[in-house]
Amino acid sequence: MCGHKTVTTISPDAFARNFSEAVPGLTRKAAAEEANRCLYCYDAPCIKACPTGINIPSFIKRIATGNLKGAATTILDSNPVGASCARVCPTEELCEGACVLNDASEPIRIGLLQRYATDWAMESGKALFRAGPSNGKKVAVIGGGPAGLSAARELARDGFSVVIYEARERAGGLDTYGIVSFRLPQRVSLWEAEQVEKLGVEIRTGVKVGEDVPVSELLDDYDAVVLAAGMGYVPGLGIEGEELDGVFDAIRFVEATKDRGGSLPALAGARVAVIGAGNTAVDAATCSVRLGADNVKMVYRRTKEEMTAYEFEYEFAKQEGVEFGWLTAPKRIIGDETGKVTHLECIKMELSGEAGKDGRRLPVPIEGSEFRMPADAVILAIGQTRHQKLIDSLGIEHNRGVVLIDEETRRTSHPKIYAAGDIVFGAGGGEAMVVSAAEQGKRAAHAISRALAPRVESEAV
Amino acid sequence: MADLRINLAGIESPNPFWLASAPPTNTGYQVQRAFEAGWGGAVWKTLGEPIINTSSRFAAVHFGGQRVAGFNNIELITDRPLEVNLKEIYETKKRFPKHALVASLMVEPKRDKWHEIVKRVEAIGVDGLELNFGCPHGMAERGMGAASGQQPDLVERQTFWVKEVAATPVIVKLTPNITDITVTARHAVMGGADAISLINTINSLAGVDLDTWNTIPHVGGKGAHGGYCGPAVKPIALNMVAECARHPQVGVPISGIGGISSWQDAVEFMLMGATGVQICTAAMHHGFRIVEEMIDGLNNYLDDKGLSSVTELVGQSVPRYSEWGNLDLNYAVVARINTETCINCNKCHIACEDTSHQCIERHTDSDGKPYLKVREEDCVGCNLCSIVCPVDGAIDMVEVPAKLPAMTWNERQRALALLDAQSSEAEVG
Ligand SMILES: Cc1cc2nc3c(=O)[nH]c(=O)nc-3n(C[C@H](O)[C@H](O)[C@H](O)COP(=O)(O)OP(=O)(O)OC[C@H]3O[C@@H](n4cnc5c(N)ncnc54)[C@H](O)[C@@H]3O)c2cc1C
Ligand SMILES: Cc1cc2nc3c(=O)[nH]c(=O)nc-3n(C[C@H](O)[C@H](O)[C@H](O)COP(=O)(O)O)c2cc1C
Ligand code: SF4
Repeated sequence: MCGHKTVTTISPDAFARNFSEAVPGLTRKAAAEEANRCLYCYDAPCIKACPTGINIPSFIKRIATGNLKGAATTILDSNPVGASCARVCPTEELCEGACVLNDASEPIRIGLLQRYATDWAMESGKALFRAGPSNGKKVAVIGGGPAGLSAARELARDGFSVVIYEARERAGGLDTYGIVSFRLPQRVSLWEAEQVEKLGVEIRTGVKVGEDVPVSELLDDYDAVVLAAGMGYVPGLGIEGEELDGVFDAIRFVEATKDRGGSLPALAGARVAVIGAGNTAVDAATCSVRLGADNVKMVYRRTKEEMTAYEFEYEFAKQEGVEFGWLTAPKRIIGDETGKVTHLECIKMELSGEAGKDGRRLPVPIEGSEFRMPADAVILAIGQTRHQKLIDSLGIEHNRGVVLIDEETRRTSHPKIYAAGDIVFGAGGGEAMVVSAAEQGKRAAHAISRALAPRVESEAV
Repeated sequence: MADLRINLAGIESPNPFWLASAPPTNTGYQVQRAFEAGWGGAVWKTLGEPIINTSSRFAAVHFGGQRVAGFNNIELITDRPLEVNLKEIYETKKRFPKHALVASLMVEPKRDKWHEIVKRVEAIGVDGLELNFGCPHGMAERGMGAASGQQPDLVERQTFWVKEVAATPVIVKLTPNITDITVTARHAVMGGADAISLINTINSLAGVDLDTWNTIPHVGGKGAHGGYCGPAVKPIALNMVAECARHPQVGVPISGIGGISSWQDAVEFMLMGATGVQICTAAMHHGFRIVEEMIDGLNNYLDDKGLSSVTELVGQSVPRYSEWGNLDLNYAVVARINTETCINCNKCHIACEDTSHQCIERHTDSDGKPYLKVREEDCVGCNLCSIVCPVDGAIDMVEVPAKLPAMTWNERQRALALLDAQSSEAEVG
């Protein structure tokens, strides 16, 4: 009896409103007050907590003394995608979590100060870095996401000639296409890509390595290759009904709200079930709310304790009105005669005493507890696939799609190929974050510099 | 990137940021760390007959949640033997030949004492000498420091004695504990000083403990006046530097000191005539690394201004600093409140109402929203409202056309005198 609700697409006005940046930046006054609150600690814990090691007290002192150019330079020197990170880093877990003022009063709002300084850089249009004198060596970078951009920027500063091959129409990776606009507007990541281009790096967009250009060509033409292709889309669940109209892959779903060309998913008035409880699931859920959905429920087979989304993401989702169905696993997606989703059939779960491979307790189904949840859309957000084909064609070692590298040399099993970012994450290899992708890109670049163009330490005496 | 090098009366340094003679320059270890961190020069902790320091020496004044608005100390000159200091000065200079290393000196006001120390210190190799006539406590009781710095003739005579033997440039460091600093500055110059540095610390008592009634700081229940420095003294120091810079009979390079804690402060001192600056409290508060942000900020500022050398700043604002009698009495500004920016704290209203000229009116607009408006015809342009306003851009002080042609107090007095003379001539005639 519960047929379709009428779902529509929200108006362009509402879209513009709902998808513009949710958190306002600091005013000049607020930035000055916050910057002057910073203790300027020595050997500050926030620096160590930042994966890219930004000299945080120093950039904050520069804000406090009206030197925004200096502040932005300090940030972007350590982190080429520092403007994006200012918006998407889980700062509670990183820099701000380490601030010594946490217990004494309130931690310094480092993320917002970082945004204040990098916003200045974006508005001023001033060049902050220069390419190094050419060392005659060439490097190809596969993928123009945070890891690839970061590697390219550092390589260019060290005098390499760099070409980024990017499959998409624009650079920036998930910053440009994957993280919802109301947290990270596209202009920010596009600006970061532009800064890299300004150092002479060529970004060949719309070129997919392995399809549009053979892997062998890269290996022949360049002195080194940085593999920074990230991960793929969301894998299928392998349940009945995934092909129905109204079932989305969370990443493509978010992408549709970021891509200028694409048409928006029609969700106004809809009941949405999001499967998963990671960062992507939260983004898909809050995105659904902002597309006008009536009711959004995140369906997760474990409990809140096991969810991989950050606390701030969970809080944000709750604030946006997202509901949570814990200990609930999807069994099949049910559609009507026209092929449209009408229900998600679920089964209740309980946590067994047994721990799985990752140490988390295994959920097991409670027999006979199946129930149907009315839904006009089902969004799958249960992780990302691996670029198996690309990895295979490069012929490098991997562990189920996670490329293996040597910690020290940042090299894969192929002596010419280095790797960074999401493509090396997983299987116990750290957390997929923009900031760690940036750091890995930097390290790969520095490793290449060490290997191919060792700097002359000092002038001859 | 601009050229940050300076040359103060023949003493060259890679940038204008020097550490002042004080605890940060107590040892070779410290000064070498400072040079590594980026400081352009250092004035060694004052050398002389080693003294005994008290335990508990410093105190600070914290203001509104900000620590160290001002800093107070009862420390004396170096407490280490001269030979030890000289050895470390030698080692430091050898490692950092391009940095400015200046020895601060203080001895009894006797000719042979000065000759002896100058010769010993110069023999070791320094870039210059700074005569400490400023320490306001402890040394004064022994007829040194401020005690001699407060007597212009003693300043002159001792400078002269030093100049009799000195081969390197001599900087005379002045005490601010005096009515007119240009008097001692002039006497230093008459004695032959190649440069002056100012200010040393200002007589102070940091506070009294409300529970114990002890002074802050105290030494076993007793206190004595100390010397005040840090951000709070900056305006006093800046004025003294400017007064010396614009005095025609001073005319020697100035090393500016007092409350400098950012590149902006340094630029202000240089605009007001300082060739370089010295810093103590900011380094004590934050460590030597603070110089990094100072250098970077200065560099970016000079780039923004299109200046290729920091020396182009020196003295630029001095011609704009004059006497009150030379200010145009008919120049007028009034306050204007930007209603959109105003956050309605009403601080300006009550400040003007209670303590200035009662010209900020409170109104309510047609939507019932409160707003403030300046009655410009009554506004005297005192700036008070814009000073108490907590928001950027909520109150502008705007120039309004003068009602009368420009006239200064001095011009007015001259005109009146002329009128008087004419009328009395008329009476006579
Ligand atoms: C929805 C979502 C939300 C997220 N939210 C956050 C967050 O809030 N904070 C955070 O820190 N992290 C977040 N992340 C994770 C973060 O986006 C990634 O860790 C980060 O983008 C990884 O960077 P990367 O450069 O390794 O890969 P990507 O950003 O994926 O970039 C890889 C690039 O390689 C290109 N590419 C792939 N294959 C080829 C090929 N064969 N040839 C040429 N180019 C190719 C791709 O088009 C892409 O541009 C989120 C991720 C998702 C999916
Ligand atoms: C603890 C302390 C000790 C000082 N000792 C000396 C000294 O030995 N010789 C001297 O010339 N000035 C001395 N000074 C004064 C400083 O050199 C400097 O003139 C003063 O602190 C103002 O600068 P500031 O505001 O940057 O601290 C001392 C200052 C402090 C705080
Ligand atoms: S700073 Fe503290 S630990 Fe160091 S000498 Fe002074 S009182 Fe002692």
